Amino acid sequence: MNRLALFAPLAVFLVLSIFLFKGLDRDPTELPSALVGEAFPAFTLPALNDGRLLSEQDLKSRVTLVNVWATWCFACRIEHPMLNQLADQGVAIVGINYKDQDAKAQSWLEQRGNPYQFNIVDAQGSLGFDLGVTGAPETYLVDAQGVIQYRRVGVVDQRVWDDEFKVLYEQLVGKEK
Amino acid sequence: MSIRSLLVNSLMVFVLCVIPYGQFNQQAQLQASTDVVIFSDPSLRERYYQLVAELRCPKCQNQNLADSNAPISKDMKAQIYSMLEAQNTDDEIKAYLVSRYSEFILYRPEVNSGTWFLWFAPLCFVLLGALIVWRYAFNKPKASSVSAELTAEQQAQLDKLLEKDSPQ
Repeated sequence: MNRLALFAPLAVFLVLSIFLFKGLDRDPTELPSALVGEAFPAFTLPALNDGRLLSEQDLKSRVTLVNVWATWCFACRIEHPMLNQLADQGVAIVGINYKDQDAKAQSWLEQRGNPYQFNIVDAQGSLGFDLGVTGAPETYLVDAQGVIQYRRVGVVDQRVWDDEFKVLYEQLVGKEK
Repeated sequence: MSIRSLLVNSLMVFVLCVIPYGQFNQQAQLQASTDVVIFSDPSLRERYYQLVAELRCPKCQNQNLADSNAPISKDMKAQIYSMLEAQNTDDEIKAYLVSRYSEFILYRPEVNSGTWFLWFAPLCFVLLGALIVWRYAFNKPKASSVSAELTAEQQAQLDKLLEKDSPQ
């Protein structure tokens, strides 16, 4: 009994090491998402080009990638070609133009191409707030029932698409058919 | 001077003097926030400062809302302000924000299946420490008291040894 007790510090050390070692790989900037598995929040906001009123119902027809972007967001410049590429592959992308100006957003889309089916103008950031957006870019994968299935904070590039989105997206599209 | 202008003046004095002073006094970390908020009811002000001090900015690694100038913190502070004015309770406000920004933003997380270890581990460690201290403190004297009583034979042996060692 006494001899076993001598090993207690070693056991404590090992348990602590496992915890700390696991902690090394964790990204502290990664936020747990509150909305994954929840319905896309209700909203009524104008569309970027024609001003018609959009709501969460407009996201329900098919599996959609909802991309939060703005012209003031530098990383969005890096992300944009990837979105164009995905749109060419037939992925339905809807934009949320977050705390931006319409004129700037329109000229951005003219210059860089428009991968979006339509853009929701969220000038005050109210929809962004309901989504728990902390900045741009952010991308949500929303299924055909309008339920958020995945959230990515930061740029979606080829690697992120392949690693995090592709399998889930194809599953959801498959389910839809 | 009319009562109305007296009221306006005293409100101005209040905003200019009392709020910054209260901020400085209550919590040094609130100094960083420069925005002045005016509530219809002064009791809301205290709750506001309490909330912005214990809610965490989701964009920043380790700042509370009071400390942070990130756009998202400003939005959240504005939301807290309007919800306070709309007579929401602190719990309702926290639940509203948590449903959007997850439990990450709570510096004082609720006790649930995911956080009970966080809450009760310190207590467990204190109890464990107390147990160890208690065992050491109360078991040792017993062991030494047994050996303190010498038999006549041992006493004779000891005297002999002391005699040998003492300077002559």
